[in-house]
Amino acid sequence: MTTLTDPPKESFRLSMLLYDSRYRSITIQIIVLIAFVVGAGWLIRNAAVNLAEAGKPFTFKFLGEASGYDINQRLIDYSSQSTHARAAIVGIMNTLLVAVLGCVTATIIGVLVGVLRLSKSWMVSRLAGAYVEALRNVPVLLWIVLTMAIVAEFLPQPKDFRGENPAASMLLFDSVAITNRGIYIPEPQFSRALGDIPVLVGSSRDPSACQSYYEGGELADACGLFQISLDLWAIIALLVASIMVARLNTMRANRIQAATGDRPNTLWANLAIIVLPTVALLWYLGFYLDYPILKGFNFRGGIHLRNSLIALWLALSLYTGAFIAEVVRSGIMAIPKGQSEAAAALGLRQGKIMRLVILPQAWRVIFPPLISQYLNLTKNSSLAIAVGYMDVTGTLGGITLNQTGREMETVLLLMLVYLVISLTVSTAMNAYNKRNALKER
Amino acid sequence: MSSNDTPSFVRTEMLAERAPPALNTGAVGWIKTNLFPNPLSSVLTVVSLILVFLLLRSFIPWAFGGVWNAESLKECREILQGTEAACWAVIHERFWQLMYGFYPDNLYWRPNLAFVMLIVALAPVLFEKAPRWLLVVTVATPFLGPWLLWGGTIWTPIAAALGFVVGYLVYKAVANSLSELAGMVLGPLAAILWWIFVAGRLSDTLASVMPLAIESVPSRQFGGFMLSITLGITGIAASFPLGIVLALGRQSDLVIVKSLSVGFIEFIRGVPLITLLFVAQVMLAYFLPRGVEFDIILRVMIMITLFSAAYMAEVIRGGLAALPKGQYEAADALGLTYWQAQRLIIMPQALKIAIPGIVSTFIGLFKDTTLVSIIGLADPIGWVKFIQADANWNGIVWELYGFVAFVFFLFCFSMGRYSMYLERKLQTGHK
Repeated sequence: MTTLTDPPKESFRLSMLLYDSRYRSITIQIIVLIAFVVGAGWLIRNAAVNLAEAGKPFTFKFLGEASGYDINQRLIDYSSQSTHARAAIVGIMNTLLVAVLGCVTATIIGVLVGVLRLSKSWMVSRLAGAYVEALRNVPVLLWIVLTMAIVAEFLPQPKDFRGENPAASMLLFDSVAITNRGIYIPEPQFSRALGDIPVLVGSSRDPSACQSYYEGGELADACGLFQISLDLWAIIALLVASIMVARLNTMRANRIQAATGDRPNTLWANLAIIVLPTVALLWYLGFYLDYPILKGFNFRGGIHLRNSLIALWLALSLYTGAFIAEVVRSGIMAIPKGQSEAAAALGLRQGKIMRLVILPQAWRVIFPPLISQYLNLTKNSSLAIAVGYMDVTGTLGGITLNQTGREMETVLLLMLVYLVISLTVSTAMNAYNKRNALKER
Repeated sequence: MSSNDTPSFVRTEMLAERAPPALNTGAVGWIKTNLFPNPLSSVLTVVSLILVFLLLRSFIPWAFGGVWNAESLKECREILQGTEAACWAVIHERFWQLMYGFYPDNLYWRPNLAFVMLIVALAPVLFEKAPRWLLVVTVATPFLGPWLLWGGTIWTPIAAALGFVVGYLVYKAVANSLSELAGMVLGPLAAILWWIFVAGRLSDTLASVMPLAIESVPSRQFGGFMLSITLGITGIAASFPLGIVLALGRQSDLVIVKSLSVGFIEFIRGVPLITLLFVAQVMLAYFLPRGVEFDIILRVMIMITLFSAAYMAEVIRGGLAALPKGQYEAADALGLTYWQAQRLIIMPQALKIAIPGIVSTFIGLFKDTTLVSIIGLADPIGWVKFIQADANWNGIVWELYGFVAFVFFLFCFSMGRYSMYLERKLQTGHK
């Protein structure tokens, strides 16, 4: 006969907090949490006491005050009368500008060097390898300041462009001038412009105040935090719409191909759908290019890309390009040789093997590290401060910090800006990755 | 069938191998397959040969025809009389500053000795063949190295080292009598308390009883490559264990530990190092009680360590994730505790997988030490700017930057090569 007995009921003992694995993890976590809260509380309390003693209570009011300094390279209107907040926005836009420009050129350099590194020619692959090793093993800050020094010391001065027999001349039909003060390029202008819409308009809604600013006066609240150019948005909207229509056309071609086996040629139709409306709109807006012209000691008109921007852009692209080259090379090498052999056995030509078989698979390997290189480039662009390019580190974390003496607020805000950029990009990319991940059984 | 029936047309001996076509062997064959395999590659080869030729044609006379003895750039140009050549005299003149900054020149032996000690200390860690007794130096270097660099009384490093002894003794005592977990909490706590409350007083007392001191050098006199190497080495040494802890924290089942680790790692990786250096420069003082101040170099070291620890944690997490789950389960099945499993099974394999990433994080950290020039420390790049600002050397670019770049290249490139050597040595799989 068997008797069933319950297992002995254990009463809770204090030592079980340490020895019983059911409770131990809770014990550890509570200890960690207490240590963290005590540590963080201690730091924050110290900060509060110290800030109060220094007479700098934690507040972001300084953002609304006039900044009192100029920013020479900017994408939106700004003057020394503008607020610190606006200076920060100018800085953020400059950061994004150099980041986007840098990512594009770094990708081009990286893909080129990465492919050359896999070249069958020993000489070429060694040369590409030397480029990668040389760039990667030297600090990016050194590349940035070196490029700046080269740009400032060795490019021709504006005065070299003058005279009967100038020492330097403009490029591309007198439209681009490369000088040691920066590069001057033509600026697109509209003679029948649609105007701007002010965004985040301040308290006074007097359009005339804004008008006086355009005529050379001070920037007023009425002009808004920034203006959106209607022309630009009209062009972008039209382009997007045309591309959508072109895609419809392509889908139609796909349907016909699926049904009949013949594919109608879509290239010319699509090209016309995309290009013609935009050209018409540009004509309607009275599009023309404002060329830079040498006047006195300097160039006037056109877009002036300061040498600090050029140096930063160039150095970041060359440096990140070396890393992207390695990413591309390892991505292509990660595809088993059987793939290209199988494609060759199917009768595909070399170009098609690359385009249809290798690259789509390599892309999956390349993509995540490529994005992390883009983020590195964006973060490295904060070194702009070394060459005087006014990115967000230069405005918010540089001059604003020094002028207001609000270390805590500005540095926290600065970190927040970078954090938001990084987290946004990585969240978007994770979503993309998940969608395009290899579907396995 | 008898052997006599062997048909006469069957050969019984092998034919001798014929030599391959002359075009496919030797130098000619190598050139054919490696330089001119197809039209496109041939064109690229020729283009790159021309490129290399042009580069060398201007670089070699410039570099080797340079001037080594001159007082200023002007004098250099006078000596060169219009020929394009380097003015290496600037390196010759300012070499010691580029290397040591304002470190007193009669004390150069101290950083030198610290550096030699470091190499001796690293030998048993990096190379298996080095004699084991060198590990004594490895243990002593973290304490004696800083003492040599900053100087002061010998009792400070001894008191600091005693903190580890105290921590270990407390851990052992508690682990034996109470529990391992309590020991792991109380041991470090005891060490921290020792450092905060006892170490300073102890070394002061001992110093007053028996003053054994060398001349102390303030941090602001540190500079040049000495500063970069000091920052780099401490950052590497400190960020590695911290990175392991963070990686384990991120992999942990404990929700609070995990979220704290994830938060820390993502925050640090989301911001540029320069903002953290701003924190070290202007903000850290606010977070400490009044009167507590520590040296700017120490603050920078802490920030660089935290920064690269976050990257290290991600690299090591990659190694942990690449390890098959069976390894964890096998360790559990053997009845190993968490820490035993980590120490004996998981970490040795995970770190091996992670070697390339770990070394490239180290290289990145060493390169990133140059950022301190932005917050006003005199690292090599800071010194290049000082020298350029000198009227004698105004306008000099290539020589200075070239020299600094070359030294950085040597360090980083050799680190990269070492990682390749290590990967090959630890390669246990079949390929």
